Amino acid sequence: MARLIVYYVHPGQRFSRVNTAMAKAARAVGGITFVDLYAEYPRHDIDVNREQQRLLDHDVFLFQFPLYWYSTPSLLKEWQDLVLQHGFAYGHEGDRLSGKTMMLAITAGGPEEAYTPEGYQNFPLRVFLTPLEQTARLCGMSFAAPYVLYGAVREPKNEEIQEHARGYSALLCAIRDNLYDFTSAESRKIVQSDDLPVLQRS
Amino acid sequence: MADFLLVSFVFLVAGVVAVPIATRLGLGSVLGYLIAGIVISPVLAALHVDVISVQHLAELGVVMMLFLVGLELEPKVLWAMRSKLLGLGGLQVAGTTAAVMGIAMALEQPWKISLAIGLVLALSSTAIVLQTLNEKGLMRSEGGQSGFAVLLFQDIAVIPMLAFIPLLAMPDLMEASQGLTDASAHLSDAVQAGDGRLVAESEGSDHGGAFSLVAGLNTWQTALMTIGAIGAVILGGIYLTRPVFRFVASAGLRELFVATALLFVIGIALLMISVGLSPALGTFLAGVVLANSEYRHELESDIDPFRGLLLGLFFITVGAGIDFGLLLDNAGMILALTLGLIGLKFAILMLLGLLFGLPGRDRWLFSLGLAQAGEFGFVLLSFTVANKVIPQSVADQLLLIVALSMLLTPALFILHEKLISPRFTKIQEREADTIDEAGDVIIAGHGRFGGIVNRMLRAAGYSTTVLDHNASHLEFLRALGFKVFYGDATRPDMLHAAGIEKARLLVVAIDGKEQINALVDYVRKTYPHVHIIVRAVDRSHVYDLFAAGCSDIIRDTFDSSVRTGRTAYEAMGMHPFDAELLARKFAEDDRHILREMAEVYDPDIPNHKNAAYVEKSRTLMAEHEAQIFGKSRAYDTREHRGWLPPSSEDLEDLIASQTQKAEPE
Repeated sequence: MARLIVYYVHPGQRFSRVNTAMAKAARAVGGITFVDLYAEYPRHDIDVNREQQRLLDHDVFLFQFPLYWYSTPSLLKEWQDLVLQHGFAYGHEGDRLSGKTMMLAITAGGPEEAYTPEGYQNFPLRVFLTPLEQTARLCGMSFAAPYVLYGAVREPKNEEIQEHARGYSALLCAIRDNLYDFTSAESRKIVQSDDLPVLQRS
Repeated sequence: MADFLLVSFVFLVAGVVAVPIATRLGLGSVLGYLIAGIVISPVLAALHVDVISVQHLAELGVVMMLFLVGLELEPKVLWAMRSKLLGLGGLQVAGTTAAVMGIAMALEQPWKISLAIGLVLALSSTAIVLQTLNEKGLMRSEGGQSGFAVLLFQDIAVIPMLAFIPLLAMPDLMEASQGLTDASAHLSDAVQAGDGRLVAESEGSDHGGAFSLVAGLNTWQTALMTIGAIGAVILGGIYLTRPVFRFVASAGLRELFVATALLFVIGIALLMISVGLSPALGTFLAGVVLANSEYRHELESDIDPFRGLLLGLFFITVGAGIDFGLLLDNAGMILALTLGLIGLKFAILMLLGLLFGLPGRDRWLFSLGLAQAGEFGFVLLSFTVANKVIPQSVADQLLLIVALSMLLTPALFILHEKLISPRFTKIQEREADTIDEAGDVIIAGHGRFGGIVNRMLRAAGYSTTVLDHNASHLEFLRALGFKVFYGDATRPDMLHAAGIEKARLLVVAIDGKEQINALVDYVRKTYPHVHIIVRAVDRSHVYDLFAAGCSDIIRDTFDSSVRTGRTAYEAMGMHPFDAELLARKFAEDDRHILREMAEVYDPDIPNHKNAAYVEKSRTLMAEHEAQIFGKSRAYDTREHRGWLPPSSEDLEDLIASQTQKAEPE
């Protein structure tokens, strides 16, 4: 069993169908830790010691959030600034997180084709995620390919949402049960609900 | 009765007329009183007023002044002054005594008389110097502190001098040496023999039947008694005052507190006199003991008016006591001797100032300020005459010299202020800021509200002065190490004693609309530089305070109500972050409405007759109807607009603009 913690970070939950469905699915998965970061710190008063302890108590950190301006919602940035402390996560004697894994589950507003040199976003999605990827590397963690839903703004159909939430649930269970193939995921840019690298139980 | 009223009337008129004129002319209050005294001296003579006995009464003002000085001086500060006190003070008294004695001997006076004259003239005027230093705000400068150290030493030195002077009258010094060991007993004997004065000795002797605890006791008993009295003052100050003041405070009558404070000072004076010590010194000691007490400011503001009046009376009697007949007969000689004395004392003080490394401006202040003879000189003079050390004729002339030198002192201060000080201004400008940093913030009211403000400010390292009039409460806070004082913050004298002139911020956390308004109005008008943060008890109180010109108005229950509302949202299942945003929005809207209403509010017109007020409430009501009547989820979209996803139209526009940009390539 891998110890998995899911950080759900969304300031406008009532307006998000996709993320709400995902969160609902995640809450239903047993044997993992689920944290609604905006519910725990509505006034941005992050308890650094508590958060660091949480990280020490888990092996895989999964951050679920909508991509805002090619970055995280502000509370998650605040969380990174405070919790990934020098001497804890990086720097001199800052090796407490090394060997652990960081992964993202994000919803991107634009359609897939927008995230190409020809599309209106001009860059592939992973380019926008390089700050987070490098953050993981600096802390000695591996950065797994993100679980992505494109075109979240275009009011996705219900089935599409359900499918994505189901995939999310399967992903979390696989990680929990050590059945997620991180090695195979390494070669991917992103993973989606229809192509999850899940190993069969032997 | 009528006589008493008439005399009081004369004194009061003299003071009330002369002092404001003198102050306006920049001469200072002391000179005003002295001149008033000179002017009314013929009137007093016509009324057969015994100026000297009035002066005895007025010397209580000096006693009170030293008590107040003591209150300002914490024991550790006094201890830090010890080298100045002994070095500067000791050398000044010894040096001046020797120099004056030498000159007197050169003028062919016998050495015993010369020594006595030296002792008399070595002293300076505590009353004039401290009063002037305080008035000009120079008390905390280095020159002022040095001057104070010397004056304090002189006040202490008066005691051994009084013991020593009778020895000079002894026919045979060999016999006298035996008497030296018996000093205190001699003292009380001497008092009963002659014209003892309050500052030095017992008033009682003038009215028959000296009040003495040491008369008839032998040396070691006397010593024991004296030490016992000092111990009683110190221990009483530490252990007795608190319960007594708490008991008195429980009655809730202001005048009782004043009476207690007076009782306290007079009681100590009496105790000191009874064992042959200086009452000024005794009350000074009591003041030092109480300098850390929470009742300090209250005592200060209660005693201060009496001190002021009596000291004024004292200065008037000095002026009135000048014998112009004698002065005119020997005008040349007396004036020359007076100026000579001032010159001599000035030179010695300058020398000491250099020796102790006083910087330029402070050295001049110190030397010019202390160059006169003082009221203790009067005391010693009458004492020496009584002990037949100095003949009456010489004493009369000396009395004139002392009085004239005191009369000239304000002129010396003016000389310093107008001519000497400006030269050093540039050099010292930089240092001025650092002189006093105590008491930046005054907190009026230390209940549940003010207490939190105080704790927050202290935690951040700010220095606060707290005023509250709940005695039991204060002692607990004292025990926790807070600087809190007993007193009613709405009284101007209390604010003054707490240092409102130098404060940067006043936090008003007292109860009662009327009291809060009175306090705010007074401070806004009198000390416009002080920033005020005030607690309002309700909405209409906010309007009052806004009209009074306050900008930092905090409603006392508003923030906690909003938090309660927010917690209720959460309890009903709202997402905590949504609850937070909604609460913020509510508070912001409420403040906005309050502000709008405050601007049209007029304290002089009832709200229902105030057209602008009624109109404004109508429009605001319409604007916020949704919220007020809870019809809809008024904030649903507003507070979330930052996190709303873009609409499809937004997206299409975005793609269109990107495509256009790409086309020319």
